[in-house]
Amino acid sequence: MKFQLISAFQSNADSGYRLLPFRFGRLPDRPDEVLVTGDSGRFTFLSQADFLAFADHRLDPTTTRARDLEGLDLLHRGDRPIPLDRHAIAWRTRKAFLFDGPSLHIFVVTLRCHHSCRYCQVSRRAESDAGYDMDEATARAAVDRLFESPARQLTVEFQGGEPLLAFERIRGIVEDIAARNRSQRRTITFVLASTLHGVTDEQLAFFREHRFELSTSLDGPAALHDLNRPLPTRESHARTLAGVARARAALGADHVNALTTLTRASLAHPEAIVDHYIEQGFTSIFLRPLSPYGFARRGLARQGYATGEFMTFYRRALAHLIRRNLEGHALTEAYATLLLSSILTPFAHGYMDLRSPAGAGLGVLLYDYDGAVYPSDEARMLAAEGDRRFRMGSVHTPYRELLLSEPMQAILAAGLTEGLTGCADCVFQPYCGADPVDAYARQADVYGHRPSSAFCARQTAMFELLFGYLRDGDADVMRVFQSWVQRRAVAEIRGEPPEAIDAAA
Amino acid sequence: MRPHETPAEFRGVPERRLLKIVDGLTFARGDLTPEQCAWHSDRPGAPIPDLPWGAVLVAPVTGSYDADSQPRATDADARSDAPRNGVPQIRLARADAAAPGDVVELLPERNRLRTRYRRGANANTLFATERCNSYCLMCSQPPRRVDDDWRVNDMLEVIALLDRDVPELGISGGEPTLLGDGLVAILRACRDRLPDTPLHVLSNGRRFGTTALADAVAGLRHPRLTWGVPFYADVADVHDYVVQSAGAFDETLHGLLMMASKGLSFEIRVVLTAPTVARLPALADFIWRHLPAAVHVAFMGLEPIGFALANHDALWINPADMAEPLTRAVHHLANRGMAVSLYNLPLCVLPAALRPFARRSISDWKQRYLDTCDGCAVRARCAGFFEWVKPGWIPHGLHALNAAEVSET
Repeated sequence: MKFQLISAFQSNADSGYRLLPFRFGRLPDRPDEVLVTGDSGRFTFLSQADFLAFADHRLDPTTTRARDLEGLDLLHRGDRPIPLDRHAIAWRTRKAFLFDGPSLHIFVVTLRCHHSCRYCQVSRRAESDAGYDMDEATARAAVDRLFESPARQLTVEFQGGEPLLAFERIRGIVEDIAARNRSQRRTITFVLASTLHGVTDEQLAFFREHRFELSTSLDGPAALHDLNRPLPTRESHARTLAGVARARAALGADHVNALTTLTRASLAHPEAIVDHYIEQGFTSIFLRPLSPYGFARRGLARQGYATGEFMTFYRRALAHLIRRNLEGHALTEAYATLLLSSILTPFAHGYMDLRSPAGAGLGVLLYDYDGAVYPSDEARMLAAEGDRRFRMGSVHTPYRELLLSEPMQAILAAGLTEGLTGCADCVFQPYCGADPVDAYARQADVYGHRPSSAFCARQTAMFELLFGYLRDGDADVMRVFQSWVQRRAVAEIRGEPPEAIDAAA
Repeated sequence: MRPHETPAEFRGVPERRLLKIVDGLTFARGDLTPEQCAWHSDRPGAPIPDLPWGAVLVAPVTGSYDADSQPRATDADARSDAPRNGVPQIRLARADAAAPGDVVELLPERNRLRTRYRRGANANTLFATERCNSYCLMCSQPPRRVDDDWRVNDMLEVIALLDRDVPELGISGGEPTLLGDGLVAILRACRDRLPDTPLHVLSNGRRFGTTALADAVAGLRHPRLTWGVPFYADVADVHDYVVQSAGAFDETLHGLLMMASKGLSFEIRVVLTAPTVARLPALADFIWRHLPAAVHVAFMGLEPIGFALANHDALWINPADMAEPLTRAVHHLANRGMAVSLYNLPLCVLPAALRPFARRSISDWKQRYLDTCDGCAVRARCAGFFEWVKPGWIPHGLHALNAAEVSET
């Protein structure tokens, strides 16, 4: 048998190539380049000339450029059948969360709280109010629903109000779940969202026993935090840090995280907020813009801000974070990490707000203190304001009926970016998600209207910012991004030179 | 280096057969009958237990046993140190050609003894078949179209004689999956006899893409089975050219995806040749995006033997000329948490950034160093060269590394 030359294995130039599904767009400051993304999230930048040749079937299929685009799953050379398996499996991998059903189960154990935060998105009640705690029968029924969901890995999150004000209910639920899980054998993570003010040693010992993740709120340095989170005693910041210190001592530092809420006052201090998290020994910061829900909407005129103002803040914060990471401070930004994971890995992510199909209901069930079941926290907020259209049923409604309820039909119809006007052909579609409840809350329409959507504006700006960094390809920035995505130290990541983009067609 | 085959004289061995070499300890710890074993005295003149051995090893013509050692008197009183009449005998040309724990094949018609398994070697491989459905430019074991299904039973016989604590075992060919159900039977035998032994099967994976093999193998639930699958490019024409088979890329990729979806463990093996080097970074990203379940990615220097010799000009590339794309590919995968190794490449011709990934990968019996290597500080960690390396296959820039360079690795 004689060996054959490579030309024997190439389709001839005349048979050309076929295009595989792709989307495209341009970054604001790079009008001569085109970002091209494939269905499974792989991407490349092409010069305008190359892009037009590619899309017009004018590329010579024997060139390196054509080979590169084939390797990226953007075209298929020759006249052999397109092997769909690799595309189907890559797509299935990114949508793997669909196989699990609801994995996040939120228990609102009380609406009572001792804070009166101006932007509070939770319909809180005063600490002494009666009738706003979850009762035992409701809790037991909610645990029935939890175990009806098929997911092998479950996260059980306790919210309020301030859930520590109903600690005995938390204890009862956790012990009920733990007892039933001896036969169910699910992997369960408990999360508590709390100010941690006044957390007791007994409570901490309990959280340690059940390996809780504690999540608290820290808005930045004391002046900013206390401005955002008023207590009659004006000592919220000090009490939060004291709670964090005690929680870390009891559970270990990696079990205590903090979230940042950003008010208008925060926007002037991106570096100070980042540095405060580093000083306080956190390894992650989540720079969340203000939520439009609940009581927060009433304060928007005073405390709210437009997407552009938020992005100005965020750009500075991210640049500062990158610098600090390169200096050896391992602090990730949670939202950027989430988006980068979606862009730079083949995997599904766990973030409910950025899924397609939507995470509401399909990934999350929320059990309110009064026994109502909602597909998300936002749906509960709407109900607290009198609009109960997303109430799926009660904790006594079987799981199957909850998932087939009318609110879920509406969410499913509007919860697929692949089919939404303004999303379906967006270059960032593979990385974004639909949240019909959010769309309804903001725009009174589950389908939403992308050109006037603040959510879309922010997502687009975030993707443009991150893809701008990826296009620049600075080796140090890429090391920081990979360290966030891979959850490793920057020092462990080796430099990766940027992909060369040949402007010549 | 000890040979695979060694001259031997046989008495009372009419035909080819497989036996396990045992001494007292090996026999006592094993589960074999005396008929399956060849008795190997630990000293010349030591008494031979009175059991129906398959054969007895007797001292070589030019003995290399210690001349001072003496049989113990008490044993000698009880038993004879000479094989009884009628017990088959093996007389080796070299005493060290067989040792307890080895599995040997007696070839009386050729007066040879072939070692099929060597206890303590850093690699032991079962040879599955000479047939292959690819025809790789650099094949080290050029395939032949022969009917060698007899090898299935032969391998099952070898497996039955192996120590139960074999540290690792390989199966290669040819293309083992061409044995079909025969291969499944072999994997089942390994699972049952050697459940704790990592088993590594080299396969091009194509039949995982075209048959129900993935289901059959997944059904075995072998706890330590890994498939080593060669994969050379992110695009079909480069891969198909290297393996000289149109359509092979699609079949292998489909096979790998089947393995991943059935939960089978696989590693990807990329042989570094002139036609594949340019696309290594693209291949690395393709692997990360489509095959992140790979437990290991090995980039391998060429073995100058077999078809490679005929295709030297098409294949050969100096390590220095692949440094840039190879470094990118290795770092791309390692940064993303994938296990990466470099095989068959001397440390001194690799960039310092790649040396931590280099392994001493060449099996004992076919590995050597060159004169240049004298005095090298990392020689003991270096892959060195294949025994049969020859001019035209030796990288430019070989040099002994000094202690300062070693600290970088």
